[in-house]
Amino acid sequence: MAGIFEHPGRELPDKTTAQIHAESAAGALADAGLSFADVDGYFCAGDAPGFGPLSMADYMGLSCSYVDSTEMGGSTYVAHVGHAASAIAMGKCTVALITLGGKPRTGGQGPGGAGRMGTAPESNFEGQWGIPGAVGGYALAASRHMYEFGTTSEQLAEIKVAASLHAQYNPNAFLRKVVTVEEVLDSPMVSSPLRRMDCCVVTDGGGALVVVAPEIASQLSGPKVKVLGHGEAPKHTNNGRIDLTHSGAVWSGPRAFSEAGVSHADIDYASIYDSFTITVLMTLEDLGFCEKGKGGEFVSDGALVSPGGKLPFNTDGGGLCNNHPTNRGGITKVIEAVRQLRGEAHPKVQVPDCQIALAHGTGGSLGTRMGSATLILGQEDS
Amino acid sequence: MTTTAEAGGLPAPEPYPNTEDAPFWAGTAEGRLVLPKCTNCGTVIWYPRQFCSECSGRDVEWFQASGRGTIYARTVVHRAQGPWRDAAPYVIAYVELEEGPRVLTNIIGVDPAAVEVGQEVHAVFIPAGAHRIVRFTR
Repeated sequence: MAGIFEHPGRELPDKTTAQIHAESAAGALADAGLSFADVDGYFCAGDAPGFGPLSMADYMGLSCSYVDSTEMGGSTYVAHVGHAASAIAMGKCTVALITLGGKPRTGGQGPGGAGRMGTAPESNFEGQWGIPGAVGGYALAASRHMYEFGTTSEQLAEIKVAASLHAQYNPNAFLRKVVTVEEVLDSPMVSSPLRRMDCCVVTDGGGALVVVAPEIASQLSGPKVKVLGHGEAPKHTNNGRIDLTHSGAVWSGPRAFSEAGVSHADIDYASIYDSFTITVLMTLEDLGFCEKGKGGEFVSDGALVSPGGKLPFNTDGGGLCNNHPTNRGGITKVIEAVRQLRGEAHPKVQVPDCQIALAHGTGGSLGTRMGSATLILGQEDS
Repeated sequence: MTTTAEAGGLPAPEPYPNTEDAPFWAGTAEGRLVLPKCTNCGTVIWYPRQFCSECSGRDVEWFQASGRGTIYARTVVHRAQGPWRDAAPYVIAYVELEEGPRVLTNIIGVDPAAVEVGQEVHAVFIPAGAHRIVRFTR
């Protein structure tokens, strides 16, 4: 992976969605030392306007031999990196550009893809109950997790606290204030057991990634990281025998670890999708960083705080504090993992000698109809 | 969309029956919970459709379920949007039917704060436009 860019904007009323994609693309290509003319593979998802890759390839004037418009919600961009690596390995393209952008904060737009949900085959049976956006489904998963495993609101709050400790050093973070467990517990209930501070921010914004073939990488002077492993998995409602206590990470994680040939002890840093605090807790269990049901214990006592914690996570402040551009956080998960491997995270939160990092995305509704994608990245010589 | 006392004070969005799920809605119109079962492997199918995701069978028969179940997970919604804003707080739950499927629904007719996982509930049929939707109560 040769180029990354996180759009600095969090409120972009004067930009169009296409413009945010293109500005992000320009940033990532410049970071890689490449230009739009070098791109021959293009990857985007449901947040891309109009006809997706066709509209955006047209807007940016791309000449592509390969396009991919995979749609797995916020996990898509993590999966895109794996898809790009596969396409490159197959010789289908050599410079793959991945973009995300949108403006749910100032543009009045719902999450990417939301407009299609009315035609979903399940809509007659899930659209009548007043689900308050994404939080409702995640709250139901949290409810069941608490019932089965005794997970507490205090344990969930620890995750927000750790994210806020990191966000204070990120000048672009939407929320930079450090918060305490008590402040999280005192924030208003949104959909029990999840409170306002259990929820990610709603931000305009964008991001882009550039994945290149080894022969291209060798010609680029900038820092690169290697894609070591990728796994992905949709999870479904299992014919109504839904199990809310796990996500698709139970499948995507082992695939990524196996492909990378590394173990949990090798992971120096983890970007864990944090649409809500429960998303992090359940994902840590599902990826095998702790036993199922023990996530609450795992995240206590500063385990996620960088540096020094057992598993430093989301050192940009994550979706909980920094950025959840266009309601899809997968791309920022990859970006911060790459920063850590390059040693370019903020010095206060940089993991010393970060060799191997994991980035995980969660799309859709946790534990129900959702997508999980896991990526393991390593330093250039790993 | 109607908001009536019978609906538990909640909006009752009208479903749009299609050729696959029409028997389910014909049942609810009569106050009966009618579910599809795979004729090949016998699995009760949810959500109602003419495809069995267990055995890939495409033939189903419809039968009347008990309408009884147990709460599997629940959330009390305090902040809602649109027509639901004034209905808060209200309860969304997965109810595990006696026949197996866990179905998304509202729990009505009880104090939201008193609704807990594990409680037994039964179906009620709520007018929603030209049709009836299935909520649950204790």
